[in-house]
Amino acid sequence: MSWLHLIILLPFIFAIFVPFFYKYLPRIHTGWFVFVVPVALFAYLLSYIPLIARGQTSYETVNWIPSLGINFTAYVDGLSLIFGLLISGVGALVVLYSVYYMAKEREALHNFYVYLLMFMGAMMGLVFSDNIIVLYLFWELTSVSSFLLIAYWYQRKQSRYGAQKSMLITIFGGLSMLAGFIMLSIITDTYSIREMLGQVDQIAAHGLFVPAMILILLGAFTKSAQFPFHIWLPDAMEAPTPVSAYLHSATMVKAGIYLVARFTAIFGGSVEWFWIVSTIGIVTLIWGSVFAVKQTDLKALLAYSTISQLGMIMSLLGLGSAALYFGYGNESAMYTTAILAAVFHLINHSTFKGSLFMVVGIVDHETGTRDIRRLGGLMTIMPISFTIALIGSFSMAGLPPFNGFLSKEMFFTGVLNASELNIFQMETWGILFPIIAWVASVFTFIYSMILVFKTFTGTYQPKKLEKEAHEAPIGMLIPPIVLASLVVLFFFFPNILSKNLLEPAMAAILPSFIEAGGGFDVKIYAWHGWNTELFMTIGVVAFGSLLFVSLKKWSWLYGVMPEQLTLNHAYDLGLEKVEKASHGITAFHMTGFIRDYLLYIFGFIVVVLGGAVVMLQGFSYDPSGNAPVSVYEVVLVAVMVVAAIGVLIAKSRLTAIVAVGVLGYMVALMFVNFRAPDLALTQLVVETVTVALFLLCFYHLPKFKKEESGVRFRAANLVISLGVGTVVTLIALSAQGARVFEPISTYFEDSYELAGARNMVNAILVDFRGFDTLLEVLVLSIAGLGVYTLIKLRLAGRDNE
Amino acid sequence: MFQTIMFISLVLLSLSIVVGLYRAIKGPSTPDRVMALDTIGINMIAGVAILSIVMNTYAFLEVILLIGILAFIGTIAFSKFIERGVVIERKRDE
Repeated sequence: MSWLHLIILLPFIFAIFVPFFYKYLPRIHTGWFVFVVPVALFAYLLSYIPLIARGQTSYETVNWIPSLGINFTAYVDGLSLIFGLLISGVGALVVLYSVYYMAKEREALHNFYVYLLMFMGAMMGLVFSDNIIVLYLFWELTSVSSFLLIAYWYQRKQSRYGAQKSMLITIFGGLSMLAGFIMLSIITDTYSIREMLGQVDQIAAHGLFVPAMILILLGAFTKSAQFPFHIWLPDAMEAPTPVSAYLHSATMVKAGIYLVARFTAIFGGSVEWFWIVSTIGIVTLIWGSVFAVKQTDLKALLAYSTISQLGMIMSLLGLGSAALYFGYGNESAMYTTAILAAVFHLINHSTFKGSLFMVVGIVDHETGTRDIRRLGGLMTIMPISFTIALIGSFSMAGLPPFNGFLSKEMFFTGVLNASELNIFQMETWGILFPIIAWVASVFTFIYSMILVFKTFTGTYQPKKLEKEAHEAPIGMLIPPIVLASLVVLFFFFPNILSKNLLEPAMAAILPSFIEAGGGFDVKIYAWHGWNTELFMTIGVVAFGSLLFVSLKKWSWLYGVMPEQLTLNHAYDLGLEKVEKASHGITAFHMTGFIRDYLLYIFGFIVVVLGGAVVMLQGFSYDPSGNAPVSVYEVVLVAVMVVAAIGVLIAKSRLTAIVAVGVLGYMVALMFVNFRAPDLALTQLVVETVTVALFLLCFYHLPKFKKEESGVRFRAANLVISLGVGTVVTLIALSAQGARVFEPISTYFEDSYELAGARNMVNAILVDFRGFDTLLEVLVLSIAGLGVYTLIKLRLAGRDNE
Repeated sequence: MFQTIMFISLVLLSLSIVVGLYRAIKGPSTPDRVMALDTIGINMIAGVAILSIVMNTYAFLEVILLIGILAFIGTIAFSKFIERGVVIERKRDE
């Protein structure tokens, strides 16, 4: 157990104490105690930066299930450190924000912070795990804690709906991912990602390569809200705003990005990976940005914006994976730009999106609504929030002097480079990437402007607001201010990141480049000449402004798409149909009639046993060892057949009972004939008692609906019963002719010497195999007690009295 | 010769069981069926006796006794059932 493990598990350990703080120190907001945890994590992780910047990594193992190769291996490299810093840094700010956002008096803070800490620990574990099974464990923990956080206000129907939806979708992806992981471990015979990296060629040549890749990508896409699994994210906005800011913009939705980045080294360079990741990413990008413009709820707008930005990062990771196809060389810097843009934008997105969510939370908190149509003119009332929103939105839109500009430029560079690729049929389709990216950026510009100007400018409408708007308390403003200053800071000094974090992260995503002796020299400049990217950005601003001004003239286009065609509708309908269909299937075959179930059981016997006899050609008949048939036996069998038919065709029940009795007596005679006196004795007595019991039942049948008619004829029953009879006869004949070993009965023939008994049957029953008899006695006692209880104990009747 | 006689009598007994069975199934009234059953029981006693002679064994003599008792009890029970509607009557004071 190293310090690293302790620090990863610290949130879980601390979560145990949170309810005690809540209960025994009610005067102080519980959030202040929790605040210590992410700050400690952040401070500890900062100490890794010098090590990582030198290009080294850290590796610690704690045995968990060593016999299965499942160990909690913590691995710190550039990529996981970026995520770790984001999780702990944004986590600290979110906890600080939540102290002012969540009222101490009204909210169940102990629940909130326990869930939040669980989530934080799960995310930390996820990004620092090297063992894929442990990674999956933390992955599912993030799903579960996210589920709990979304449904934090569980009294609301929409919260529960959103929680269920996100749970279903992310768990579906998680399970696919587990299957993919298991396939990977089958290929490589290890659970460690680092060890898998040594077998990349072997993985690529294996038949399970593509299935494992697709399954793992399903996990990544559902978690990162990629098209078409993005539908859970807007509904997850029912969570408290700190949760939305933390989980659904900065951390959890980036888990899928992390996964894709982590596995790029294994799957990257293949044509399937390139196309799936980049296409899904670019579709998500355009889909999210177009639909964000439609939203009137600020959080929904931000949710779609998050979807769109995640799609952008995803497509960059996909495009960048082409670098692995070429391997390290002089021109590789051109292809790795996309990866660099992805990692850089990942950081930038966490900063500006976190601050935007917090501002929206402030607006919601101070005005009582998040609806754009009721907001406006808040600029003079909430100047600080306005400034933060302006910085965040302009950064999101990709304008200077904010960090979004840098990553947006790099994004354009990435797609432009990709469009010039001459692999994977990019010659024909590659040109689509810059076009889609540009259109999506125009829409991104529009919704960013909507976010700022519809909220903060225009006329102030106090009558539409639930409370009088005023600026938020300073404590609530500090976290978004910190994030907004980072947005500006990263623009002016982007290279503080590059050496310390971006280069090690690149090395983690593309480890084969480091092995080839290459390094990454990341230099980000705000100004790089009058190139295509800059003109594209100017075009985005020009067209975006034009479209934003004329928004009212064309926004009717969103009404054109009918509600029935949306993915949400498809999800709801699908869920409903699946429920209905499964209910229908159950109602169809679970009729509640025993005769139907018997039909299934006997049909199954016929199909399976009969099928086995036919398909394995198991039927064989060998009469050589058979005894001769005497006339007396023939007559006895004839009587039995007559009695059996009599049971079937009897018109009254009494006749059937008499026929059954005769059948039983004939069996007893058979026992006599085949020299089994004990069996004959028992059979006679038992048959008599049984017939008497049948008569008892017959007599007590209710008068009402008493049927005296015979057995009704049903063709299916006839077929099934004939089938069962035939199959069992065939199997009995085959088994009789195919005796493999000598019977062991010669041993029991010495029963007098062995057990002092002349009666062999009885010696077997009480001596050789006495255990069976004991338990048969038990069966009879239970049956007797059961009958007694059934007759005497009448609980249902007791209630009536 | 002896074997043949035994065999013929066995077959005859079996046939009489078949005839009794016909009456047991067909028999218009319940007493007919009960009597048919009783007949079958008696024929079975005879059949078992002849079988034990054929097999040259004492092992089935208990079976003969048992069938006799059972046939008697069964017929009595049936008769009581037909007569009174119940086999075991409850005590008055309950």
